[in-house]
Amino acid sequence: MARLGSARRSPLHRAAPGPRVQGRGGGAPCLSVPELWQCRWLWGFGLRGGQLLLLAHCRKPAFPGCPTRSSAEARTRVSRIKPSAMSKRKAKESGGANGECISQAQKILRERFCHHCAAGRLFGIEHQYRHLLDLLKRTTVHGESNSALIIGPRGSGKTALLNCVLKELKEMKQVRGNLLEVRLNGLLQTNDKVALKEITRQLNLENVVGDKVFGSFAENLAFLLEALRKGDRTSSCPVLFILDEFDLFVHHKNQTLLYNLFDISQSAQTPVTVIGLTCRQDILELLEKRVKSRFSHRQIYLMNSFDFKQYIKIFKEQLALPADFPDKSFAQKWNTNVQHLSEDKTVQDVLQNLFHHSKDLRTLHLFLMLALSNVTVHHPLITASDLHEASKQYRTDSRANIVHGLSVLEICLIIAMKHLNDVYEGEPFNFQMVYNEFQKFIQRKAHCMYNFEKPVVMKAFEHLLQLELVKPIERPNIRAQREYLLMKLLLDSTQIMDALQVYPNCPVDVKQWAASSLSWL
Amino acid sequence: MNTRQQSKVTYSWYGKPMSSDRKLRTVKYTGILIASERTRTENCIRVGDFILVEGENADEPFVAQLLDLYEDGAQVKRAVVQWFSRVTEVPPNKRKLLKREVYSQEVFFDQVPGFDTDIAAETIIKSTTVIPLRLNEEPPISLNKENIFYVKQSWDGKCFKTLSPDIFSKLKEANKKGGGILSSSNSFIPLDIISPLKKETESVVRSATKPKPVELEIESKHSASKSSLAKERHSQRGVNGIKTPTARKKLQLNSPIRSPKDRFLGCEVLDLLDDEFGAIAPLKPSSTKRKVKFTGILSSPPKIPHTNYNEKSVLDTEEYWQKFTESLQLSPIKVKDYSEKAKNPDVKNDIVFPNKCRELLRRSHVDPSRTMGRSRRSCVEQTNSRIAEQISLLNALESNKEAESSSSSDSLSSSSSEEEEDDEICTPEKKTKLSGTVSTPNSSRKSSVHTPARTPKKTPLPGTPKTPRNATPEIPKRKNATQKPASVLEEARLRLHVSAVPESLPCREEEYQDIYNFVESKLIDETGGCMYISGVPGTGKTATVREVMRSLQQAAENDELPSFHFLEINGMKLTDPHQAYVQILELLTGQKVTATHAAVLLGKLFSTPGPKRKTTVLVVDELDLLWTRKQNVMYNLFDWPTQKHSKLIILAIANTMDLPERIMMNRVASRLGLTRMSFQPYTYKQLQQIISSRLNNMKAFEEDAIQLVSRKVAALSGDARRCLDICRRATEICEFDSQKGTPEMVRMAHVTEAIGEMFSSPYVNAIRNASLHEQIFLKAILAEFRRAGVEEATVQQVYRHLLALCRMEGIPSPTVSEVMAICSRLGACRLLLVESSAKYLELRVRLNVSQDDVMYALKDE
Repeated sequence: MARLGSARRSPLHRAAPGPRVQGRGGGAPCLSVPELWQCRWLWGFGLRGGQLLLLAHCRKPAFPGCPTRSSAEARTRVSRIKPSAMSKRKAKESGGANGECISQAQKILRERFCHHCAAGRLFGIEHQYRHLLDLLKRTTVHGESNSALIIGPRGSGKTALLNCVLKELKEMKQVRGNLLEVRLNGLLQTNDKVALKEITRQLNLENVVGDKVFGSFAENLAFLLEALRKGDRTSSCPVLFILDEFDLFVHHKNQTLLYNLFDISQSAQTPVTVIGLTCRQDILELLEKRVKSRFSHRQIYLMNSFDFKQYIKIFKEQLALPADFPDKSFAQKWNTNVQHLSEDKTVQDVLQNLFHHSKDLRTLHLFLMLALSNVTVHHPLITASDLHEASKQYRTDSRANIVHGLSVLEICLIIAMKHLNDVYEGEPFNFQMVYNEFQKFIQRKAHCMYNFEKPVVMKAFEHLLQLELVKPIERPNIRAQREYLLMKLLLDSTQIMDALQVYPNCPVDVKQWAASSLSWL
Repeated sequence: MNTRQQSKVTYSWYGKPMSSDRKLRTVKYTGILIASERTRTENCIRVGDFILVEGENADEPFVAQLLDLYEDGAQVKRAVVQWFSRVTEVPPNKRKLLKREVYSQEVFFDQVPGFDTDIAAETIIKSTTVIPLRLNEEPPISLNKENIFYVKQSWDGKCFKTLSPDIFSKLKEANKKGGGILSSSNSFIPLDIISPLKKETESVVRSATKPKPVELEIESKHSASKSSLAKERHSQRGVNGIKTPTARKKLQLNSPIRSPKDRFLGCEVLDLLDDEFGAIAPLKPSSTKRKVKFTGILSSPPKIPHTNYNEKSVLDTEEYWQKFTESLQLSPIKVKDYSEKAKNPDVKNDIVFPNKCRELLRRSHVDPSRTMGRSRRSCVEQTNSRIAEQISLLNALESNKEAESSSSSDSLSSSSSEEEEDDEICTPEKKTKLSGTVSTPNSSRKSSVHTPARTPKKTPLPGTPKTPRNATPEIPKRKNATQKPASVLEEARLRLHVSAVPESLPCREEEYQDIYNFVESKLIDETGGCMYISGVPGTGKTATVREVMRSLQQAAENDELPSFHFLEINGMKLTDPHQAYVQILELLTGQKVTATHAAVLLGKLFSTPGPKRKTTVLVVDELDLLWTRKQNVMYNLFDWPTQKHSKLIILAIANTMDLPERIMMNRVASRLGLTRMSFQPYTYKQLQQIISSRLNNMKAFEEDAIQLVSRKVAALSGDARRCLDICRRATEICEFDSQKGTPEMVRMAHVTEAIGEMFSSPYVNAIRNASLHEQIFLKAILAEFRRAGVEEATVQQVYRHLLALCRMEGIPSPTVSEVMAICSRLGACRLLLVESSAKYLELRVRLNVSQDDVMYALKDE
């Protein structure tokens, strides 16, 4: 599974817009700064089973006027790391035992970072663990029906907790063969009809043929309810319903499924336990009153309630190699290095920043993954600078990254828009206004800037539009002239200033103009 | 079926009025003519005849003896009858009193006082035969199974008694006369061509009235006469175990028909198929559960001796019975044997059969709705025939399966005469030949006849298995037994579970009494009515109603009340309001039809007068979910009880008190009536009582702890479920705390903790445990709100405040990407309400928590 962190959360992993074709119109000598077309290494990488794969490796032609193909997403990920695939290949070439160790260590750690549940250790939720384990044990051993919700922000270990509990539960003797498990996910079972079929299929009731469930919705519901009604506490096998993304089930019509599941859990039928997993704190308010009344109101909260000291400890444990690592000496060397790292001041600063930003372990995993990919044969241990680099990379602003790749003309337009925003306090503007502002600047500084024709400026403006740095506030109308379409700038002034700081070979006048619109005075 | 007849059949008096009563203005008659327009036949039924009367279940009409016929002052034809009860009409718990097996065709002389013996003459279907038997007497072998009933005992609602001699002789008398009348009825059919079938039925009727030896005569007569149809039919019947109701229906339809030859053959074939099925069916009753209701399968043995023992002219009944029950299990195999010997082509492609059968079954299931548009009669006929065909396919399959398992069948069949064996060997061949000649307009019917030359498209692809129609809903059993509660706390927890139904519901005595009185009075009056029960969730509405029904059923069993049907539907357990019809009909009669059809059937059922109909009590839970735009479901539900003959009592349950006024149209609300009851939320004293009654003097809770829980819950919602859940959680906490030490009682501290867990707002805790930047973001939002005075802000505005705050705190300020991540994280927790993230900096943000809560949560640090 290609998973780098949680796809549903991280803004870095939003669906990438398609590759944009950037055309320079009119054959105009539009590039005053040919350095803009530097050689760039674009690394795209994806993960498959813990392996880092090199996906794209392209060198851009270094002559002007050539259309460049690059996605905004790829730019945000311009990485200076050496991907592991290369390191592995090198390792094999050198044939050293060290290389073997490193690739093994990377494999173990990557697996740990990618499959969050596989970490196996839970931090600071012993109380919740105990509660859930007792609850499920009573269901299986005594046949007691129950319902509970596990609530916590994304990445707080809800599923990990449940999986750990189930793992321990299944090792108990009196539980074996006494528990049927039904797993549903709100993202997959989008309505009750699909959910019912899935339940029936997983329970393998008698109306299942092969892998298919036939019959109408009404028939299936009646069949399932009848099946569950027939059972009783002492003789029927308890059924555990796990509803992942519980909040999505709430939006089903009439909440029929939830009502029925909770109703069974509150009546003398087949013992069932309904466990819902959700990240919404207001979940109880979403339940209908009669559904809510049937829910037992057990809520298990996971809050990431650890402090920075524990965070450092988690960092150490996550990065440490296990005791059963084949090469003992390497493992020891690695682990002492990790110990040193955790005491290092810069590393602690980096971690502190990360901790301040987000407490969940997924962020930490993602961060460590970046650092880990720097490890090669020639660079066998993670250093503080690696972590620092990774943190910088992790924290880069995606929009500012896009600004780095713009031409000076486009930068100028953005600066003009920034001034318009300052003057009109965020009111929308149109192309004509931007062009006028730009003209004012050109007139003042005619000696250093080439005065572009209006169509060229228009083209540059449309490029900004394509990059979604500018957004029209109304739908483009065919009748309305393009010059007068109202727009808004999707960049904050701080972002622009930051981007200009690192923009290579930026004309001084442009920088001055950006700092103050009144520089001509 | 009854509806069909009603529309087609006219009733007229036979003969001149006998006598008239001037005072009552009634005119008595000796007989009634039933003329069917469609078949152009007339039947005459006279006083003293046995008749079938329309009932709730079209497959099982009531049996009665016609005592009197008269026309009352309003020119309405009435009849006075003596009822006979079928076994299925006797309450199941009373059937044990019989202490013996009951034949499917056995009826009981009805002496139950409650039933109305004065019925409308239009409900008479046709004449039948009821033969009185001594208690130890075996029913004679006869051919016309579906039309002959046996009576041995009488039933007065409490116990079974043997027939008194005078009743016995009276019945016998009537019976003899009945036989004569049956034959005389022929004279009313001018176009009658007496077919072999007709002859046969006649002879059977006659033979049935005579003692056994006649059988042999019939047998020989049939084997002598080479009338193939009659013989085939006869020999098939010989092995027949029981008749299915569908087959019976078929015969009722077809016996008086003198239709063109090919049609007759078609019907005949179907009959044969039915018969074959009947023979096999007892082995696997569940396989056809869906379509066919078996009544008294095991109690219908009388036909087997016919083939096995008919050589013996003298038979001792006791011994006879014995042997024949032994052979009962084996008898179906014979059919298979013959079919195998005859090298029936069906047997060869038996591998294809399962799919075919399923396919057919599935098709038939869909059929009734599909063919609704056509003439109803032909439609029903088609369905019938299709069912019959499917069943016969199923049979062939089953018999093939069982071929290996029973080799002993050979010895059994060898006892029968060679001549007869010859007869039966030839039947399958004939059968296929006959089915080949069937020419019906319906193509699907033709293709489903199990000839080897089947159209290939009808056989399903091997990769697509079909739903087994006979699936039983069941959850697998557990492997280890459940543990018994070991400690006091565990025991208490078990009792405090909402599902543990207490012996009596405390604190709802008044409501209980009201509902009980309402239903009881309606039951006694045999009228219908509605009651609307409202109350917030967890106030014991459904529990109270169920308890009322339990005690009423108890009373009915003890004969303090007339017996009644109890049905329960729940709006939440339906996928669609119209499914309510389907569920009601299924609970009432066991039929499974589509929603529209069910609505029609139910409407008919409740609007037509049905003699002997029991009162139906229907509990409709979660009534508000039956709301549709046109409200026709609710309208119908509340309209039926107002019908004169419905005897329907409806108890509707919902949460809101003013539901009738709020969502119902006037015509619906008016039909619901004003009998309303509302369940108030429990007060703390009541909750306290509920807990202590459940604990039942167990030393698990401190008195104060119980009081705390009840006061807390009563103040919040008065929901008993909540109360019990808190107590249960408190026992868990207590158990967890006292794991090391001795088990102790649940104290205030435990209860407080449980209440805290369940009712505390999660927001404050969530904010406190959020990361630093998330907290700063919330602070920035507060600052922006205060600045703008509007409780909504864009991310850009908040970002500026955030930068200022970060500078004040002296921490590195986050980038916009990070801020967006924070924003979406808080949005996922619903601490914030955010728009879709496509708007980037223009994204608008609102707090989902009150500002005070946020400030409180952030201040404490």
